[in-house]
Amino acid sequence: MSWELLVLEIKTDDYCIHHDPASATVFLQGFLRLDGMEEYQPVMDILLQAVDETPEFTINLRELEFLNSSGISMLSMFVVKVREKGNVKLTFQGSDKILWQTKSLKNLQRLMPSLTLEFV
Amino acid sequence: MNPTSTIQTFGEFTDDIPASDEYLTLHFSPSSAPRRRRWGNYGLSADFLGDYFAAFFPGDEVPDSKINRQDTVKAAVSYIANELLENAVKYNQDIENLPISISLYLYERQIIFHAINYAEYLRVEQYRQFITQLLSSDLDEFYMQQLEKTAAGSGGSSMGVLTMMNDYSARFGWKFEALESAPAIFRVNVLAYLDV
Repeated sequence: MSWELLVLEIKTDDYCIHHDPASATVFLQGFLRLDGMEEYQPVMDILLQAVDETPEFTINLRELEFLNSSGISMLSMFVVKVREKGNVKLTFQGSDKILWQTKSLKNLQRLMPSLTLEFV
Repeated sequence: MNPTSTIQTFGEFTDDIPASDEYLTLHFSPSSAPRRRRWGNYGLSADFLGDYFAAFFPGDEVPDSKINRQDTVKAAVSYIANELLENAVKYNQDIENLPISISLYLYERQIIFHAINYAEYLRVEQYRQFITQLLSSDLDEFYMQQLEKTAAGSGGSSMGVLTMMNDYSARFGWKFEALESAPAIFRVNVLAYLDV
């Protein structure tokens, strides 16, 4: 048994990262424009820890208004890690009212064709 | 260094940006304050530029999109201005009296972005190599190749420029000029053209 404390949430004035284990979903919300991949490590840690527990995993981006290219790089890194695991059904829930999502999410799907993109 | 190598241009660079009725320039003073503390200000500035230029566009529908024209301009300008500023800051050599700047010029169907920063020779050399590779590649293929590289953790993939080009169809021009007062330092000019 691990005594390590699981981090379920990061909250700042600009953004919120929240893991809901019951629905195997991590919610990314707000404005994420951290300074490079290193600064994204805590977000990545929540995603990796969350995906470790489940065969089906969802990232909900519907209230993520802004993501810079370092954040897109982080998501691509996560997608490739999941692709390497080979046994996780991954879904991205996005909003077609948020421009960056309509522009960039489809390219993440190209990294892993079994990735499901759900736009509302 | 021989004189021919002191100025180099790539892509769609021009020194003569067409006259525009609406333009705006922001200068950021060189600073000794930690980047971490200043970082948030660049995002705020990008959002401001998005709001400012979106106000010139009507909120009419865009074909095949649920986002109206005004909100599309706002989000695209904000994304591009933010990426240009992030790059300018990341690769900048802080030098007294030489501020980073970003200018936006508005035309009927286009916005031109012009970012300026100052960088040392090695940075510039890496950037030039990347641009040369980018301009000689198929964009879509190069994008996926760099995305895979980034995803594998071998950084320095310049996904900023690639997302602006591939996802937002922005076109680019670059000019590198060695400073007369300090030939190992270059003024880096980046032009980005966004059709709106």
